[in-house]
Amino acid sequence: MALLAIDDLHKRYGKEEVLRGVSFELERGETKVIIGPSGTGKSTLLRCINRLTEPDRGKVWLDGVEVTSPRTNIYRVRAQVGFVFQDFNLFTHLTALDNVRLGLIRVKKMGKRDATERAMRELERVGLADKAYAYPAQLSGGQQQRVSIARALAMDPKLILFDEPTSALDPELIGEVLQVMIELAEGGMTMLVVTHEMGFARSVADEIIFMEKGIIVEQGPPEVLFTRPKKPRTAEFLRKITEFYGESG
Amino acid sequence: MAAVDWQNLVQGIPSLLSGLLINLEILFGLIALGFAVGIMIALVQVYSPRPFAALAVGYEWFFRGVPEMVLLMLIYFGLRQFQVRITPFIAAVIALGLRSSAYQSQIFRGAIQAVGRRQMMAALSVGMTRLQAIRHVILPQALRLSIPPWSNEFSSVLKDTTLASAIGVIEVFKKARFIMGRNYALALPIFMVVALFFLFLTYVGNWALGALERRYRIPGFEAKGAGERF
Repeated sequence: MALLAIDDLHKRYGKEEVLRGVSFELERGETKVIIGPSGTGKSTLLRCINRLTEPDRGKVWLDGVEVTSPRTNIYRVRAQVGFVFQDFNLFTHLTALDNVRLGLIRVKKMGKRDATERAMRELERVGLADKAYAYPAQLSGGQQQRVSIARALAMDPKLILFDEPTSALDPELIGEVLQVMIELAEGGMTMLVVTHEMGFARSVADEIIFMEKGIIVEQGPPEVLFTRPKKPRTAEFLRKITEFYGESG
Repeated sequence: MAAVDWQNLVQGIPSLLSGLLINLEILFGLIALGFAVGIMIALVQVYSPRPFAALAVGYEWFFRGVPEMVLLMLIYFGLRQFQVRITPFIAAVIALGLRSSAYQSQIFRGAIQAVGRRQMMAALSVGMTRLQAIRHVILPQALRLSIPPWSNEFSSVLKDTTLASAIGVIEVFKKARFIMGRNYALALPIFMVVALFFLFLTYVGNWALGALERRYRIPGFEAKGAGERF
């Protein structure tokens, strides 16, 4: 059974139908990358998975539990699904350590000492143990994003959703974040990543999903999608994005 | 102009100070009430479903729209018609406190909205309930942002405590009038003393709020008298 199963997801904002029936599955330990032009519902899709945005129609299952059922304890689901935002969204009034620790203490009800130990381990994992007492405003964008990955990791998530994690970063800071993500993928973390980083998609993804206008246009392993896409629209998008971001970028 | 009657002026000061103590008691009561109710009204306006939010807006409209003096009368004399007897002091705390809660609610609402939805979303994403997110993420930031505008409300309600004299609370203004009533030559100096009292309290209060702001300053953000200058 797939860890994450999405079936016919629909979402409408006013007149605009942002998701028009999206379905796919994600196996345990898999990394899938969603690509596609801006405004095609990629972020909305991620938010519908842990119901930060309520989908209008369709179903989501995580590890056999129907996330979209009104009887499901959505807080428990969210605690099991890490979410990394485009603009980091660290809690601005808390140090890096407290950002990572807050969920452990308040949601997992962990004791302060255990939570601190665990949070420090995660900060070490993203290479920021020395910044534990820095506030978000004192960190670079790349560092903030790594703290936010540590915040997600600390909760022992079954799956991490990345919503354009490097799009708000200066080019020279993108590498450090991608490096952490590559290590996670290699370590067997299940990840669903929305990104324009084609180099990352090509080398890390088990499968690429190309979305446009609220539907999945094409999906397949990177070597297939990048070299011989079936749909002309996929080819066109990939050509454009490599022009803008470069082959490796 | 008659010479100042220094002896009577000085003799009046202990009485004025005991009156001022009543003003301070009203002040603490009304601020506590206004703070608690104000935060609730702000949270309801921002986070509640529409019918509740609309009620909170109505509340805010009423208590910001009715003159304070009229509120004092409504609560003190009005409640008497329903056989609800409260002391003038309690009536003053309630009337001025509810009025202040409406003003404070808009300070807190602005601050909560300035913190932004993204912080709420980040808190929810780690599995917090909305209440936990409000308690641990939204309010700690919003309250910090509230201090500068809140110092306005503090300075304003501090002076409003003298209105309690209108329903018979014997506070500093009323005492000053008693003293003036015995000797009209004391009008100028006695009210200057009262003015000085309030200037002093405004100074102390705003100094304390500035200290609070610096104490809870988030590194990387500006605070009064702290941080880099550009």
